[in-house]
Amino acid sequence: MLVLAAVPGLLVFLMLFGLLSRSKAILALKSFTGLLFGSAWHPLKGEFGFLPFLAGTLWVTLVAMVIAVPVSLLTAVYLSEYAPRVIREFTKPVVDLLAGIPSVVYGVWGMLMVVPFVGNVLAPLFGVYSSGYSILSGGIVLAIMVFPTIIHVALEVFSAVPRELRETSLSLGATTWETVKHVVLRKGLQGIIAAVVLGVSRAFGETMAVLMVVGNVARLPKSVFDPAYPLPALIANNYGEMMSVPRYDSALMFAALVLLLVVLVFNLGARFILIRVERKVE
Amino acid sequence: MRTSRRRRLEERVFKVLMLASTVIVTASLLVIVATVVVKSLPALRLSMLVQTPKGGYYLGKEGGILNAITGSLYLASGATLLAVLLSLPVVLYINLYARKKSVLATFTRFSLDVLWGIPSIVFGAFGFIVMMTLGLRASLLAGIITVGLLEIPIMARAMDEVIRLVPVSLTEASSSLGATKLETALKVVVRQALPGILTAVLIAFGRGIGDAASVLFTAGFTDSLPRSLFQPAATLPLAIFFQLGTPFPEVQERAYASAAVLTLIILAISLGSRALIKRFTRHSIK
Amino acid sequence: MEPRSHLRIRNLNVSYGAQQVLRNVTLEVPDRKITVIIGPSGCGKTTLLKSLNRLLDSVDGVRIDGQIFVDDENIYGPDVEVTHIRKKMGLLSQKPQVLPMSVFDNIAYGPKIHGQRDKKRLRALVERELRAAGLWDEVKDRLHEPASRLSVGQQQRLCLARGLAVEPEIILGDEPTSALDPQSSRIVEQRLIALKADFTVIVVTHILRQARRIADYLAFLYLGELVEHGPAAEFFANPRDPRTRAYITGEIS
Repeated sequence: MLVLAAVPGLLVFLMLFGLLSRSKAILALKSFTGLLFGSAWHPLKGEFGFLPFLAGTLWVTLVAMVIAVPVSLLTAVYLSEYAPRVIREFTKPVVDLLAGIPSVVYGVWGMLMVVPFVGNVLAPLFGVYSSGYSILSGGIVLAIMVFPTIIHVALEVFSAVPRELRETSLSLGATTWETVKHVVLRKGLQGIIAAVVLGVSRAFGETMAVLMVVGNVARLPKSVFDPAYPLPALIANNYGEMMSVPRYDSALMFAALVLLLVVLVFNLGARFILIRVERKVE
Repeated sequence: MRTSRRRRLEERVFKVLMLASTVIVTASLLVIVATVVVKSLPALRLSMLVQTPKGGYYLGKEGGILNAITGSLYLASGATLLAVLLSLPVVLYINLYARKKSVLATFTRFSLDVLWGIPSIVFGAFGFIVMMTLGLRASLLAGIITVGLLEIPIMARAMDEVIRLVPVSLTEASSSLGATKLETALKVVVRQALPGILTAVLIAFGRGIGDAASVLFTAGFTDSLPRSLFQPAATLPLAIFFQLGTPFPEVQERAYASAAVLTLIILAISLGSRALIKRFTRHSIK
Repeated sequence: MEPRSHLRIRNLNVSYGAQQVLRNVTLEVPDRKITVIIGPSGCGKTTLLKSLNRLLDSVDGVRIDGQIFVDDENIYGPDVEVTHIRKKMGLLSQKPQVLPMSVFDNIAYGPKIHGQRDKKRLRALVERELRAAGLWDEVKDRLHEPASRLSVGQQQRLCLARGLAVEPEIILGDEPTSALDPQSSRIVEQRLIALKADFTVIVVTHILRQARRIADYLAFLYLGELVEHGPAAEFFANPRDPRTRAYITGEIS
């Protein structure tokens, strides 16, 4: 049993090591930073610049977070501080169910509703042409997928704030909202940051749903209505050609490695913050 | 000295925003499920569920998704079994055997946290590397291994949460009656936490059956029912994806139907695990 | 002449769900005196106190019947604004609850919420209240440090200063010294006695000796019922109800 307990740790190392070793071929071609910031992606010509994909991932994640953070936090505050017990009991399962819907189903729905909405309603509204397969569509779908992550952690953070602290603020004549603003959110600030960071990490690695609505064009996007090609989508779309083009497989493994490192950093950061928050309560 | 209008207005504005946000979140679930179900109705026929794709299925001809349904069930079951075999001992170890602050226990929990955050596409890429190294082709077995690894952190976390709750007094009582650690672990702790453990298993199963990115590289695809571990297997998420990719509206409709089937399976598992949790907490002391 | 009553409780009944916690409590709290509510644990003392500044409102499933008049205004009336009522009362909790901000901001919190923005006024106010709570000398060089760094005794006095800063008329104390060491307890008790010159003070405690030290008026709550109440001297010398007698002699606690 002791041996088995080492398995998770071993797994992490194996993943890092495995991806790194499979990326060697392409790292031999160009440096780490050269690969990351190269803007030309022509595998057949041997050019592997990842910048368009990084940019795509960043754009989509940014749009998703701009939507998800306010909506999730407002919802969490409502559920924690205002909602009658019945509504809270009803909404919490709904949030959990949202978290359980598979990525492909989100993608299907995105293609059915979000893409036409962006292409036929929003884009004309802004005087832009868009096929609908765009960063905005990706961001909207991704935002909904991220809601449960942020809401869940935020609710835990809020419930850790002692009831007496709220009562103190109320006793001084503050309204519930003022109590939320000055006491609950302030006390829970670190935890909320952790929740958001976890949300970002989730958004970064999401593959299928985004892939189906974002357009998959390997160019640096100029607006949210442009299509983009996030890193996970790159890996998923091209595994077929991987073996036939030289160093393509190594490039994709490198992409996976970059993804792993980014997500690792974000996740560890958020965990550290949450551990510190827990310790303070103790 | 009444509360100023500005204060009341500010609270009212934010209350509206809060309600709107909550509605957006709840409505999202309803809209997504409703859309998929409604769109799936034209194509949802019994033949979809009980037939495999016949020739020309992807061009609009006869057939169904039985290959994907059984493939997914086999794969997810195998993966979940693998994950249980690897997760349960680990969680029991860190809770019962290791000392509270032991380096191994902290490190293992930490690693599980790290694994939990890794996206499934990275598991897929890793699974691909494992496949190549072991000399496997895209197959049911490769898919089982990959999804099994994906499920470990999810299952372990859920299990850890329930096994942690088992009161120390219970394990102490068992030890003082002369039971070995293993006996305590299996006969007392597991039994006490059984509903929670089953829930953890179900949650992981739900996650595993719905994931596409991890099986993309590793399980391959086929139109036939799974015949051996070493042959490619169809999965529902990929079936949906491929059917959606064709230019034929009839086939696309079938994609929606497949999506509806997958969603219903997962909703059933979710609701089932909730019912289990309810039963579990009914008897526990709050 | 009858002492004026600032606060009158009439037929107060409070229940949480199916459990009734306060039965028909009727009490007139005299103005500018220290009224102590005593009784064994779990008999509704804290519930009674919290009903006075309507903190009970946020409890799930609570039912409140009856009236509480503060200056002849029923605080449970239909048009009443809760924040206005609460401003009239300062609450001192059992465990010092410092807000997650600096010492200065803790005290300034209340006045700022109620609209006081003038920096000079705020500084003068903070100093005044810290002096009134007997804390000024100890913290005057640490005003902008986080309040959580103060000792427990200092924190409780900070809470007192904070409560005074909103210029209440009534001070409520929920076992205000039970978390403190004897020396800090003494200081807080002395402060409360000094404060009764300007405020009506209502303190809940289960420590009989404390009641003897500070009370002008006593109310004995047992199992949710107001068994007996009266001026302190009379109360301790000639308790009328056998239950009161049992409690004072320590038979029930």
